[in-house]
Amino acid sequence: MGKATVIPFGPQHPVLPEPLHLDLVVQDETVVDVLPQIGFVHRGLEKLVETRDYNQFIYIAERICGICATGHSVGYAETVESLMGVEIPKRAEYLRVIWHELSRVHSHLLWLGLAADAFGFESMFMHCWRLRERVLDLFEKTTGGRVILSVVKVGGVVRDIDATQMAEIVSVLDGIKDDYTKIMNTLLTDTSVKNRTVGVGYLSTEDAQALSMVGPFARASNLPYDVRSFGKGAYGDLADFQPITATEGDCYARVKVRCLEVLQSIEIIKELAAKMPAGDIEVAVKGAPADGAQASNVLEQPRGECYYYARGNGTKNLERMRIRTPTSQNLAGMTVALKGCDLADVNMIILTIDPCISCTER
Amino acid sequence: MAFASKSPWVIHYDGSSCNGCDIEVLATLCPGFDGERFGVVNTGNPKHADIFLVTGSVNEQNIGVVREIYDQMVEPKVVVACGICACSGGIFHDCYNVIGGVDKAIPVDVYAPGCAVRPEQLIDAIVAGVAKLDEKSAALAAARKGA
Repeated sequence: MGKATVIPFGPQHPVLPEPLHLDLVVQDETVVDVLPQIGFVHRGLEKLVETRDYNQFIYIAERICGICATGHSVGYAETVESLMGVEIPKRAEYLRVIWHELSRVHSHLLWLGLAADAFGFESMFMHCWRLRERVLDLFEKTTGGRVILSVVKVGGVVRDIDATQMAEIVSVLDGIKDDYTKIMNTLLTDTSVKNRTVGVGYLSTEDAQALSMVGPFARASNLPYDVRSFGKGAYGDLADFQPITATEGDCYARVKVRCLEVLQSIEIIKELAAKMPAGDIEVAVKGAPADGAQASNVLEQPRGECYYYARGNGTKNLERMRIRTPTSQNLAGMTVALKGCDLADVNMIILTIDPCISCTER
Repeated sequence: MAFASKSPWVIHYDGSSCNGCDIEVLATLCPGFDGERFGVVNTGNPKHADIFLVTGSVNEQNIGVVREIYDQMVEPKVVVACGICACSGGIFHDCYNVIGGVDKAIPVDVYAPGCAVRPEQLIDAIVAGVAKLDEKSAALAAARKGA
């Protein structure tokens, strides 16, 4: 073993769309220690609840992260609704879940592309992003936005999806599914992909549990934890929901779990579209959260469980808003998975936890 | 040196953006909008890049990184501020950890506002950046002749 050397990784790095800095301590070609450094994207937006009222803050909450934007607006709205004891109409719950699951499809396709790019499979990157554009077109048709939808509000949703649009969503998703199955089969069976992913970045079930890993990262280590299985809102009306897990705990398992989750989300949207109840899409929300009232909420983001906490103080501004995002949990597991790996596999391991730095730092 | 404008290479750095603009920058270069048909290529190396696409505002932690990337780029170079956060700080302008738009750190040539900035607008901004690139390289050539 040679002398230990520190190799800086990031914040500007071709494989990372976002700034994350890692000090990789390497001996020869093996990574022996990893020291993450964050703070490049910190804005301090939780403090903005002091200057924005609870209706305005939803636009800030949505911009915690541009990839999981819908999820954050749903999570925030649900928290404030339970803080104020508001019941939203069933149709609004369904619409929220449909948009949220569509963003899971777009987020996972985006991630699959980036992961393919991380091991040099650039044509696969382009194919995944080509499919993703069709999901974004659905967003644009139903909400007007491509990534920031601004469609959820406290008390319901702003826009309705009518029957014609719903039929279009279902038919577009069917089309995506055909193309996607080809991509998925390539990713899961191709030898060159397997060479880079099988056995790389192993995280055991015990470690995943001890480090409180969440989302596909935990499920790939055979930890069947998915907030959607609690059956909250429209998820409760699904005939059957089983978290997708894998037992291997390596990069290949993480790719596999996310690949299958895309198909699962498509099925969820189709099932909810068929069951869609009629009725209002919003209720009027008046007044302010009571002084000292508290509420918390969890939501399954594309990257895992996201926790929201809010406390009122009797005014329209919240006293405190706290969000714990999935990547801030998963960074701990990432440093464990990185230890002992080859320097060439660092890209792949970082990518397979699907880091979302702007969620983490807010 | 006008050939740079035939095929401008871009480098992308995420200041403190929410990812919304970052994924739109990448989407601009992917099928659908296909910026590559204009010869726009994404590179990770500042020394190879002609156009610097910055998303998000600057803060104490990343202002040094933004300056470093800009300094490493060779002349002529153009900076495009992508998205309203990069232009002025946007919705986060009064956050305690936000200094302001990218122009607080480095000179910006083209502003492309939007939240998130749309790929059509980014293509437009890159085309405007290419015109600036031509101007700058002509000025550089004139200065060399004069010297």
